[in-house]
Amino acid sequence: MNFDDTPQEAAFRAEARAWIQANAPKQYEEELRKSSLGRTVLKGANILEVAKAWQKKKADAGWACLHWPKEYGGRGASPIERVIWQQEEGPFGKLSAMFIIGHGMCGPTMMAFAGEEQKRKYLPPLASGEKIWCQLFSEPAGGSDVAGLRTRAERRGDDWIINGQKIWTSGAHYSDYGILLTRTDPTVPKHKGLTMFFLDMKSPGVEVRPIKQASGQSDFNEVYFTDVKIPDSQRLGAVNDGWNVSLTTLMNERMSIGAGVATGFPELFEFCNSLMLEDGPAIEDRNVRSRLANYAVKASGLRYTSMRAISALSKGERPGPENSIGKLVAGSMVQEVAMYALDLQGAAGVLSGPEDAEVAGKFQAMLLRAPGTRVEGGTDEIMRNIIAERVLGLPGDIRVDKDVPFNQIPTKGRG
Amino acid sequence: MNFDFSDEQKQMRDEARKFLAEKCPSKAVREVLDGKAPYDKELWKGLAEMGFLGVAIPEEFGGAGAGHLELCVIAEEMGRANAPVPFSSTVYLAAEALLLAGSDAQKRKWLPKIASGEAIGTLALFEGKGNPSPKAIKLQASGGTLSGVKKPVPDGAIADFAVVAARTGSTGRDADISLFLVDLKAGGVEAKPLTNIDPTRGQAELTFKNAKAEPLGATGEGWSILTQVLDRAAVLLAFEQVGGSDRALEMGRDYALDRIAFGRPIGSFQAVKHMLADMYVSATLARSNCYYGAWALSTNAAELPEAAAAARISATQAFQHCSKNNIQVHGGMGFTWEFDCHMYYRRANATALTLGSLSYWEDQLIDRMRRKNAA
Repeated sequence: MNFDDTPQEAAFRAEARAWIQANAPKQYEEELRKSSLGRTVLKGANILEVAKAWQKKKADAGWACLHWPKEYGGRGASPIERVIWQQEEGPFGKLSAMFIIGHGMCGPTMMAFAGEEQKRKYLPPLASGEKIWCQLFSEPAGGSDVAGLRTRAERRGDDWIINGQKIWTSGAHYSDYGILLTRTDPTVPKHKGLTMFFLDMKSPGVEVRPIKQASGQSDFNEVYFTDVKIPDSQRLGAVNDGWNVSLTTLMNERMSIGAGVATGFPELFEFCNSLMLEDGPAIEDRNVRSRLANYAVKASGLRYTSMRAISALSKGERPGPENSIGKLVAGSMVQEVAMYALDLQGAAGVLSGPEDAEVAGKFQAMLLRAPGTRVEGGTDEIMRNIIAERVLGLPGDIRVDKDVPFNQIPTKGRG
Repeated sequence: MNFDFSDEQKQMRDEARKFLAEKCPSKAVREVLDGKAPYDKELWKGLAEMGFLGVAIPEEFGGAGAGHLELCVIAEEMGRANAPVPFSSTVYLAAEALLLAGSDAQKRKWLPKIASGEAIGTLALFEGKGNPSPKAIKLQASGGTLSGVKKPVPDGAIADFAVVAARTGSTGRDADISLFLVDLKAGGVEAKPLTNIDPTRGQAELTFKNAKAEPLGATGEGWSILTQVLDRAAVLLAFEQVGGSDRALEMGRDYALDRIAFGRPIGSFQAVKHMLADMYVSATLARSNCYYGAWALSTNAAELPEAAAAARISATQAFQHCSKNNIQVHGGMGFTWEFDCHMYYRRANATALTLGSLSYWEDQLIDRMRRKNAA
């Protein structure tokens, strides 16, 4: 048990540090450092352009998608090297946010199911950030129950014709490509009639509409498909085997560990260290200290759980569903932390304008964004099911629609 | 980086688990629970023979000289088995205090006896209600003798010697406190067993009447040594708590798989599944905090005070959470004397207080984090 770099790791760290030192866009460092959870804004600059430029620079020097094979634009690095890179990249890593889905989920799915020629064509520009990818799974009728999706793909000669609607697609508005899960046979039970494709988001018939979230912001989109044509050569996996393909995608999501999940704790601790209450500094208040200690051990527990997972990964063990706990714990914790930070501000906690609110309204923004974190990428309840079933070995839910042809499953609750 | 125990350490954990599964079944724990014996003497002897009592004691003092990571994995198994022996007081408290502050002669006298199972040791710190604090220590030292009352003292009624915190000054500072070593069999100390929520680990009141005592460490250094002993014990005890958490979780999981209600295993109901998933989450967070504590303990890192407090809080919460919900999963059967659930519930809640309460450690953690922040 040790935290020291091996000589090889130390050499890798030194090389990474030197390269970042010489090449990172330092003019944005301060803003990136300060920017809050999932909301990076750069004044007077287009974040998309800055992010793409940094990614391209990294790719040209062999620092993009470290864990990918070299022939597809990666570096063939070890899991530990990836973590070392993330540590060294520091605040500049926030510029990678818009590539996470492409690099973490779409790319690995392409690697597993696309043809060799396609991989060589599509993966390097995905790695270098020149092309951005999105993942088109969720639908209005298929969220937690993603296999309940209704977007149809119908075979017409060498093509497939797509009609339907996706929702909650991150980054669809700036994406060049997407992986798309569709229904190809509604007469068989739901998991058995799905097929995966990849497509050009500029294809005729694709329409992207931003969703105005409950937080007032728009990070996600609805994507409509009207007679969109996809060549059969862009099918990933066998016809009607899309469910298994999607499991590969989701398994890879679990590989994308390392950076750690945002809990809001460092922000709260810093805030309490400077906040004055009526009776003195907040950090000296008994109740405040108790709450802080409880959040502190959750945050450190998650940090070290992730380090244990990296150690396991570096020994060749496969990442397991136990990594679901990061999202489960952090999601509700961010929400609690935000509520508590507002509570500490008393009546003025209600104010959210950057000029009136403490810490420029950071916690108010966190509060309004938090409900989404407990839903996106698997709700708290789905995460608990995953832990209960796949880690603890408890029985799956009784699925009343398991053997029912998809087109006979009820579509309405009351009435 | 390698944030895991080595293969050899894991092998030692398996060995300890196998040994305890055989020598410390629930039946053996119940002998002590039911008051038929103050502790399991056979098991204690066996632990000595396996080399577990002296695993972190250097070879020159009769131990195995392995180290604290090895002690952590054994502690985990002791917690999992709910072992009814004075392991934590002897090994985490008394032996650690001797290793930290003992003279060569003191180490030579007591450590080999600890390793061989001949001597049970403990730490006599508390004097009634309250948490560790120099102000709360009234027991007086004068002219090489101690007078006063200590309670609760873990395993105090069966201990052969005690490390005793006593007052040697009255300036109102930490330096008023010194540590002493007292042979409890040499006269001058009266031990009275006290009823407590976990009969598988005794608590006692020790009354010192001009009891002969020799200083352990320099005069006035007592509080500083104690703080270190408590931090080290906190990590080790946290491993016991994690072992207990895992066992309680497993018991709940197994029952949920076997028990049928409404025509299906109760483990197929989401209300039960989610309860068990949350127990797993607590136990996992605690385990990870403990691993960090183990690293800090074994390397004597500057991070130890913070790591120990985090491990202690996290593991206390996890064991309480897992043991109480294990009963809940079991329903009515979980509330019977016959089922083992309550033994873990008792141990969880007793262990939660042994080194000072949860709120005490919360306070400690924030102090230590602030200190680090300021540095």
